[in-house]
Amino acid sequence: MERHFDEELKDLHKDLLKMAVMVQEAIYKSIEALKSRDKTQAQEVIASDSKIDQMELTIDEKCIDLIARHQPMAGDLRFLTTSMKINGDLERIADLAVDIAQRVLELVDKPLLKPLIDIPKLSTIAQSMIKNAIDSFVNRDVELAKKVALSDPEADKLRNLVQEELINDYMARDPKTADRAVPLLLIARHLERICDHTTNIAEDVIYMVEGKVVKHHLEELK
Amino acid sequence: MPKIITNNLNLWYGSFQALINVNMAVQEKRITAIIGPSGCGKSTLLRVFNRMNDLIEAVRITGKVTIDNQDILEGDFSRLVQLRKKIGMVFQRPNPFPLSVYENIIFGLKVHHLAKKNDFDRLVQKALESVLLWDDLKERLHTNALRLSLEQKQRLCIARAIAVEPDILLMDEPCSALDPQSTARIEELMRELKNNYTIIIVTHNMQQAARVSDETGFMLLGELIEFGKTEDIFTRPGDKRTEDYITGRYG
Repeated sequence: MERHFDEELKDLHKDLLKMAVMVQEAIYKSIEALKSRDKTQAQEVIASDSKIDQMELTIDEKCIDLIARHQPMAGDLRFLTTSMKINGDLERIADLAVDIAQRVLELVDKPLLKPLIDIPKLSTIAQSMIKNAIDSFVNRDVELAKKVALSDPEADKLRNLVQEELINDYMARDPKTADRAVPLLLIARHLERICDHTTNIAEDVIYMVEGKVVKHHLEELK
Repeated sequence: MPKIITNNLNLWYGSFQALINVNMAVQEKRITAIIGPSGCGKSTLLRVFNRMNDLIEAVRITGKVTIDNQDILEGDFSRLVQLRKKIGMVFQRPNPFPLSVYENIIFGLKVHHLAKKNDFDRLVQKALESVLLWDDLKERLHTNALRLSLEQKQRLCIARAIAVEPDILLMDEPCSALDPQSTARIEELMRELKNNYTIIIVTHNMQQAARVSDETGFMLLGELIEFGKTEDIFTRPGDKRTEDYITGRYG
């Protein structure tokens, strides 16, 4: 039996996708701004954040409204509670894209400290994780969600590498490099946090589809 | 040890099979909800537990049902009386006897010769207190029960059922005739009663099952499709048919 409720759930699904696309674009632009040292793109990321914030509020309101009016159960309940969580994670990811853009603005007028190698690698992982996380949500694909969650340690490893290199090879040797090294270090941290939020999304997708809680025991996914 | 166990329970009304291989274990002093669409067999199952189906012609039952490890389907009339004393039942429409509040409560005590006359006052008070009616009715004990409000009547029926100190309370849609406030108060009462009684409730109201019960069984076309912890049934049911029913896709 097709329910009116199904239509409303579909609308919510569409809104979340719209939000996901906006967030993906913000990350992409912030990383491009970093790679090409492009002030304008960085400023665009910062300016677009208020739209994403607004979208977050709209989606949250819709979820609360649907819960209040339909008292959903089982799969519907899992979809709605998961949507609220994914919505929150997406908004945080967009904030991190803004953080990256701000670091880019701090760096853009200064000479490049070193050629970027690990940070672009980390950003590729982050972008691929978020794309896969969103695809896993759209297609209710638990295997893909697991893959996303299991890629997170790789991001942590890269972040540590960047951190060690910047501290040991640059800041420890020449403290004057700090004003260029610290923003890079923070960017690595922002990217790694993006991966953490993306992992949350993947874990939520697994819960949404299978009702299984995998949070905090990822080893079970292997 | 579960309070009630059904083992491959089948029941036919003539040639119509109303219960199909029902296997279920009801835990003591917990609330067990049975949900399912009309005609799924949930009331029939409830009525097996106090053998109310015995009154219906052409009923045939196979399988085993035990309460406290005793087979309840066996036994003559005297066993049946003992069984009914152990089990109180509350129905959809409150059905107090057309007698006073007081007479309603002591009715079962008299039938089962459970108390002496000079104990009646105390037992009436106890029963009414346990359903939170005492303060409202202590000045009106000799009023005809038919003059009470619907919720008061239902509380009185629960008081009448528990006056004979049963172990088990069967509730067949106990709130469906009540407004939301009365329903909420009866649900609170059920939570109180759970401390002393094993409660089985049949309900159409899924939110009610989700709110009050510890365990839930979903029935469809005579079968117990799924039985488990209420929180699991309503958040992650294992069977697609349960999912479809509780999310309103069935039918």
